[in-house]
Amino acid sequence: MALLEVRNLGISFGGLRAVDDFNINIEKGCLYGLIGPNGAGKTTVFNLLTGVYKPSEGIITLDGKDITGKKTIDINRAGIARTFQNIRLFKELTVAENVKVGLHNHMKYSTLEGILRLPGYRAVEKQMQERAMELLKVFDLDQEADVLASNLPYGKQRKLEIARALATKPKLLLLDEPAAGMNPNETQELMDTIRFVRENFDMTILLIEHDMRLVSGICEELTVLNFGRMLCQGKTAEVLNNPEVIKAYLGE
Amino acid sequence: MKTAFMTKLRSNKALKSNLITFGMVIIAYILMEILMAAGVLSNLLKGLLVPLCVYAILAVSLNLTVGILGELSLGHAGFMCVGAFSSAFFSKCMQEAIPIAGVRFTLAILIGALCAGLFGILIGIPVLRLKGDYLAIVTLAFGEIIKNLVNILYIGIDENGFHFSTKSSLELNMSENGKIIIQGAQGITGTPNDSGFTVGILLLLITLFIVLNLIHSRDGRAIMAIRDNTIAAESVGINITKYKLMAFSISAALAGVAGVLYAHNISTLTALPKNFGYNMSIMILVFVVLGGVGNIRGSIIAAVILTLLPELLRGLNDYRMLIYAVVLIAMMLFNWAPSCIRWREKMTYWLKSKKPVKNSGKEA
Repeated sequence: MALLEVRNLGISFGGLRAVDDFNINIEKGCLYGLIGPNGAGKTTVFNLLTGVYKPSEGIITLDGKDITGKKTIDINRAGIARTFQNIRLFKELTVAENVKVGLHNHMKYSTLEGILRLPGYRAVEKQMQERAMELLKVFDLDQEADVLASNLPYGKQRKLEIARALATKPKLLLLDEPAAGMNPNETQELMDTIRFVRENFDMTILLIEHDMRLVSGICEELTVLNFGRMLCQGKTAEVLNNPEVIKAYLGE
Repeated sequence: MKTAFMTKLRSNKALKSNLITFGMVIIAYILMEILMAAGVLSNLLKGLLVPLCVYAILAVSLNLTVGILGELSLGHAGFMCVGAFSSAFFSKCMQEAIPIAGVRFTLAILIGALCAGLFGILIGIPVLRLKGDYLAIVTLAFGEIIKNLVNILYIGIDENGFHFSTKSSLELNMSENGKIIIQGAQGITGTPNDSGFTVGILLLLITLFIVLNLIHSRDGRAIMAIRDNTIAAESVGINITKYKLMAFSISAALAGVAGVLYAHNISTLTALPKNFGYNMSIMILVFVVLGGVGNIRGSIIAAVILTLLPELLRGLNDYRMLIYAVVLIAMMLFNWAPSCIRWREKMTYWLKSKKPVKNSGKEA
C-alpha cells in the first residue's frame, strides 16, 4: 500500500475550481515531484494535504489512516511536515530554537517543570539541544546555531525550514519550491541535501518545483497540474517528454 | 565549582541576562533599605516604594502578552482590578478567622492570582480569536466593564451569610449587626495592611522568575513561535489556542498579584478611572513600549523611571509635565534612533574595550 493515497480530491473557492479530481499514490521512500505552470493549483494541493484548506470532496489517506479534513496540527502529528514557498521561519528565535520548536511534540516536560526548572526540564532540554544540533549538522547550520533566524542568508533559511520540518519526525515531507531564488550552485547543493535526507531519514518526499534541472535530476515520479486538473502522471522521463506537458509549459 | 559556574555563565547568554535582571532588583532593594535605615528617604519616596513594585510587576506581566505573545492588550488594569478586589474581599472576611498576617496574605495572593487568571481564561477564549486592533478594543472594553461592575457591587455579611446587591447598601436587607464589605463606589474600606516593600520586592522576584523561566522553556518557545509566524507554528504541530491562552492567563494572573499588592497597601480600595481605568492600562503599556517590547528588564527600568520622574519633578511644579514629556521623547530617541544605537554600541565597545564593533547594528 502506498504511503500517501489521494482520491478525487477537489476544492472550489466560490465559482473557481482550484483543484479538481486530483489523484496521487506515493510509495514509501519515493521522491515525487508536483509541477505545473503558475496558478495551476500546486500550493493549493499542499494546503489541502496539510489541512490549511478543507477539501470540498475527496479522501486523503496517510499510511492507511484517513486524514481528510483534519486540523493542521493533527495532520502534522499524523506525519506530514512541510516547508513554505515564501519562507516562514520564527524570525526572532535563534536557529537552534527554530528546530526545537519542531521537536515540541516529541520531547516533552510540563509547564510547571519548565518554570520551576525541575530535573525533568534539564534532562529534556539537554536532549533537545543534542537532537537540534544533530539536525543542524546535517544541513551544515551547526555553526550558526545561536544566530537569529532572520539574520541567516536566504539559502540557509530554506535549509533551516527543512530542518525544522524534519524535527517533527514526519513520514512524508512536503517541499514547496525549495530551490526558489537559489543560484545554480546552491540548487546543486540542495539536490544533494534532498537526496541525503531521503537516504538517511528514510523519508518520502513530495516537492513542488519550477527548476527543471532539479526536477529531472532528483524526482522519480511526476504529476503535472494545469488549471487545477491533472495533465499527466508517471515516471519523470516519460512525463517530461509528453507532448501535452510540453504544450502546457511552452505553448504550441 | 566556581569556575564551572563561570564557564557555564559565559556559554549561556540567557542565564547571564536573567541573573543581571535579578541582581538589579536585589541591589535596588538593598540600596533602598540602606537609605531608609539612614533616614535619607523622604516620606514621599517611602510611599512610592510599594507602588513601584506594583507597576514593575504589571509591566513585566503585560510584556508577556505584548512582547512574548505579540498581542496588544489594553485591559491589563481590569485583571489587576479583579485581583485587588477578590483578595481584599478575602482578607476583609478572614481578618478575624486568620489572625496571622503572613498566612492570610499568602492566601490572598493565591486567590487574587487565581481569580485574575480565571478571568484571563474566560476573556481569552473568545477574545484571542481576534487579532491586532480588534483584540485591543475588546480588552479595553473588558477593563472598563470590570471597573464599572465593581463600582455598583454591594456585598455584606451577617449571621445569615452573604448578601448581594447592585443598587445600594440598604437593599442588602441585613440584620442589625451585619457588616458591609464592598460598598459600591466607596469600595472596600479597612483592608488589613499586609503588604510592604519587602513583600513587593519578593513578589516582583517571583514574577520575574515565572516569566523569565517560562520564556526560556519549551512552552515559551511555542508562544514566541506563534508570535513570529502562526501558520508555521501550526504546521509543526503547535496548539495555537492552548499556548495563546496559557500566555494570556499567566499574564492576567500576575497582573492580579500586582492588584493584591496594591489593595493591601492602601486603606480604602475603590475602582477609579485613575487606578483601574484605561489610563492605567495605557500607562502600563507605555512602560512596556518604552522599556522595549519583549525586553523584561527594560519594563522594570521604564516602570521605575516613569513613576519616579513625575514625583521627583514635583518641585518644578509648572514645568513638571513639560519636562516629563521631553524626557519621554529623549528616552525614546535614546532607545530607538539609529544614530543613538550606534553611539551606544560604540560606548559599550569602549567600556569593554574588546574587538572593534564590526556591525553597526541591524538598522544600518
